[in-house]
Amino acid sequence: MGRRIGVLSVQGAFIEHEKRLQRLGAECVELRKHEDAMKSFDGLVLPGGESSVQGKLLRELEMFEPLKRQIEEGMPVMGTCAGLILLAAEINNDTRRHFQTLPRTVRRNAYGRQRESFCATGSFGDFTDIPMKFIRAPYIEEVGEGTEILSVVRGNIVAVRYKKQLAMSFHPELCPDDRIHEYFLKM
Amino acid sequence: MGNRYELNKELAQMLKGGVIMDVTTPEQARIAEEAGACAVMALERIPADIRAVGGVSRMSDPKMIRGIQEAVSIPVMAKCRIGHFAEAQILQAIGIDYIDESEVLSPADDVYHINKKAFEVPFVCGARDLGEALRRISEGASMIRTKGEPGTGDIVQAVRHMRKMNREIGQVSALKKDELYEEAKRLQAPYELVVYVHEHHRLPVVNFAAGGVATPADAALMMQLGAEGVFVGSGIFKSGNPAKRAQAIVKAVANFNDPELLAALSEDLGEAMVGINEQEIQLIMEERGR
Repeated sequence: MGRRIGVLSVQGAFIEHEKRLQRLGAECVELRKHEDAMKSFDGLVLPGGESSVQGKLLRELEMFEPLKRQIEEGMPVMGTCAGLILLAAEINNDTRRHFQTLPRTVRRNAYGRQRESFCATGSFGDFTDIPMKFIRAPYIEEVGEGTEILSVVRGNIVAVRYKKQLAMSFHPELCPDDRIHEYFLKM
Repeated sequence: MGNRYELNKELAQMLKGGVIMDVTTPEQARIAEEAGACAVMALERIPADIRAVGGVSRMSDPKMIRGIQEAVSIPVMAKCRIGHFAEAQILQAIGIDYIDESEVLSPADDVYHINKKAFEVPFVCGARDLGEALRRISEGASMIRTKGEPGTGDIVQAVRHMRKMNREIGQVSALKKDELYEEAKRLQAPYELVVYVHEHHRLPVVNFAAGGVATPADAALMMQLGAEGVFVGSGIFKSGNPAKRAQAIVKAVANFNDPELLAALSEDLGEAMVGINEQEIQLIMEERGR
């Protein structure tokens, strides 16, 4: 029996995550409104997209509280790009805050505009040669106690794990490498 | 090309399920971001006013675009005229996130589109059918939208273009592989891109709806017809209550399959833009660029 993963599906590249997770044997549930968020899951994916849109819709479609509660209760969660921003406790160049479950500080659009988007290869914990795509990406400026730094690229922290929360600046769902999704499914 | 083109297609993937709104001032841009726009399109006049004013319409003042870039944190797009690669170079120089080579502005070249492969920043282009979409993609477009008929508030052309695109994708998918050479000739599109459509049953880039979207129901209609997101031009800032209508359209795109929610979203939105029927307009923008 595959694990049942909720995928936030209000805006962004959620289908890419679903396809990957389904290929790895997981069952995906699209979260679009309050009733969807009231179900229970073995994990949650917060995909890439615009965090300002996702954060707003999370609240207005009444999914914010139930999902925050589940994250705080230890449900595994993976946030990519905008998902990292949704999880961050502090965002140093934006007044908006979202779940705030991940210590501590990220910078939005940290590399600049689309011209500055780039590809890289780096390590992720014990994994080496992970392909990474940074698209108007954030990075992590400061981590809190108990946070494991998994990836550093160009001198910036770009992936961390804190308890059952996995967050990264880049997009594993866009690269033909399953290791990060497999890691998440085993969390 | 290579990595850069992939990254540009992927930025469009990040915009999926979202609404891109036309704005003419930093103030409107803030309202749009606040309402949940996933990107804004900076332009001097919205299409309805371009129609009303007439004359030649051009790329916007870079200073005005910069003002909008400073006002919001979401991606900022801007339009250049069809074939006007110098305007595109200027937009690239100010770090625009996406260029719309747009039939809404007066075409600068009646034969050639911009060679978009010569640019680092991404381009979105309008298309009425599959051949047109694949021609734009072969020139380097990394995102496609329906042309619709901008500035009318009439959804009929966008529906026509989306249905035609989907029908032709279905037809190409159903052909035998050895029939694709002839199909590429018929579509006037590169063979390799026709093969991609045949194998994947979709365009190689993201496809949004644009032109004539004025209500949450219009947005839901286009999403149910297969659009991956929506551009809203005149429909918001030509309506009675732009902020409320913009928010409603954003939610309608996120929950396009939920009629009860759509009903609630459609209540008390104030006046929609007046709109012009296709039989009443003199300037047909969709015929610009082929």
